[in-house]
Amino acid sequence: MSETNRVWKYGNDINTDMLFPGKYTYTCSTADEIIPHLLEDLDPDFANNVKSGDLILAGKNFGCGSSREQPALGLRAVGIDAVIAKSYARIFYRAAINQGLLLIECPQAVDAYREGDDVELNLDQGEIIIAGKTYTFPTLPEEILAIREAGGLLEYTRKKLEQKK
Amino acid sequence: MAKTFAEKLLARKAGLAEVEPGQIVTVKPEHLLTHDNTAAIIGKIESDLEKYGVASPELSVIVLDHVVPAANEKIATNHKKIREFVKKFNIKHFYDAGEGICHQVVIEKGHAVPGTIVVGSDSHTCSYGALGVFSTGVDRTEAAALMLTGETWLKVPQSIKISLSGDFPTGVSAKDLILQIIGDVRADGANYCSVEFHGELDKLSLDDRITISNMGVEMGAKIAIFPVDDLAANYLNSIGVEYTSYENIWSDPDANYLKEFEYDLSKISPVVSKPHTVDNVASVTEVLGTEIQQCFLGTCTNGRLRDFEVAASILKGKKITPSLRFIVLPASRSIFNEAIRRGYIETLSEAGAIVLPTGCGPCLGAHQGVLAPGEVCLSTANRNFKGRMGCKDAEIYLASPETVAVSALYGKITDPRSEL
Ligand code: SF4
Repeated sequence: MSETNRVWKYGNDINTDMLFPGKYTYTCSTADEIIPHLLEDLDPDFANNVKSGDLILAGKNFGCGSSREQPALGLRAVGIDAVIAKSYARIFYRAAINQGLLLIECPQAVDAYREGDDVELNLDQGEIIIAGKTYTFPTLPEEILAIREAGGLLEYTRKKLEQKK
Repeated sequence: MAKTFAEKLLARKAGLAEVEPGQIVTVKPEHLLTHDNTAAIIGKIESDLEKYGVASPELSVIVLDHVVPAANEKIATNHKKIREFVKKFNIKHFYDAGEGICHQVVIEKGHAVPGTIVVGSDSHTCSYGALGVFSTGVDRTEAAALMLTGETWLKVPQSIKISLSGDFPTGVSAKDLILQIIGDVRADGANYCSVEFHGELDKLSLDDRITISNMGVEMGAKIAIFPVDDLAANYLNSIGVEYTSYENIWSDPDANYLKEFEYDLSKISPVVSKPHTVDNVASVTEVLGTEIQQCFLGTCTNGRLRDFEVAASILKGKKITPSLRFIVLPASRSIFNEAIRRGYIETLSEAGAIVLPTGCGPCLGAHQGVLAPGEVCLSTANRNFKGRMGCKDAEIYLASPETVAVSALYGKITDPRSEL
């Protein structure tokens, strides 16, 4: 069980342009290049103040839009513990798995959260505790968990290739 | 048990008797599409490529299109890096700058084969659903892993059925239909789903179908799929994908759907997506007179021959308003050449349009038509997100080629039915 730091709360349909503006897509690909522009057009405060162990809470369809992976890569690199949202767009969902960024789908938790509430995550049990109340979410399927456990898709792929050799 | 297209195709590709929605299967896609982002993708796996090579030189289709010709040194260097990679690993399907927008090129070059799986590191990879391809977007890291292994996992999607009937009224086209559908289904209404189009499809040309499938991702769909009828099969045959070279898979009549919708094309009217989301759909009559500084005809959504034909027929012998920039951009070299032969390019240029080389152009805000704060663009593209055309304080309205061309005459959003 881990106690998290700050919670950044956003609304519905947060698209990939808000998470990382498209104009940088072909010039920024490494974590160092991405981080200063994270959420630039949505919340200019974020990139300056986000800390490892922070959480993001959001509404439905988080990460919709482009297939760019910079949002997932960047959020993982700054140490976001998990994103908790009502739902996700599918390419972003895959990108997050591939980066080892944890996405939790739990609409009840998002609705319950009030500014200043303590949030705890219990991943093994699939539980979020907000202001003392417990909400459950489905744990990931095995195939996908294996990618996350390896630390991301490339690490997972390297392991597989090495075994084949 | 009756099965949907997605269930049948994924079962076949995974070598299983049958699969259920929600099940995860491992598949080997026939093709992996990447574009300018190939540089970043191979950058992730440089040492792995040295060690293991690529899974297959036939897998990758690489098209340089996003920022072509290169806008600056960094992009030029990326393009160079991609050309070197192609040479070194003997990549079979490479299309350099000037061939066209990746999705159009994949189709024209015969890489979109019915009943196959194509994944691409671009969200609009879903376009080839128009030709019965299970095609969908993935991120760059996944593309990198695919280059090395040639395989990935897919979750079997639930399916949504959209039945069409009738024919469009004058001045209304496939873009209006798909915007209307997205307005109804909403931006997340088809999340993770396969969207199947059924009913009377003979009124939809292949260009129309590509416009529709292209925008499937704007309602969250994994794939947006049409059956392969005579029209599609004849087109494929004309470009060398012979009738007998693929399996024509389609859903069973009594397959199980999550949701069903029906649209009568004769009831569709011109619509726009207002800033800043695609599902913010309104009748063109609600936004009449909105002043615009730029019109844009092009992109993988509406840069095809029928779109140029429509715009040229509207602007023939006329001049656009001088206060407006009208950017036009064909989706591929072959479309460009045919539009020249048919006189569309001359007509548009004489009307005052700026004709750009084929590619993505201003669609993603990287170059060639970036907006200024406070400006408004009326565009045939598929996305109007804040900042999409390079400026977060500009506004983008999405519309059909008909609405865009007519509005270019007046510098404000105009109902195309008033001119046609
Ligand atoms: S035209 Fe626009 S939407 Fe289509 S592939 Fe290019 S950037 Fe993407």
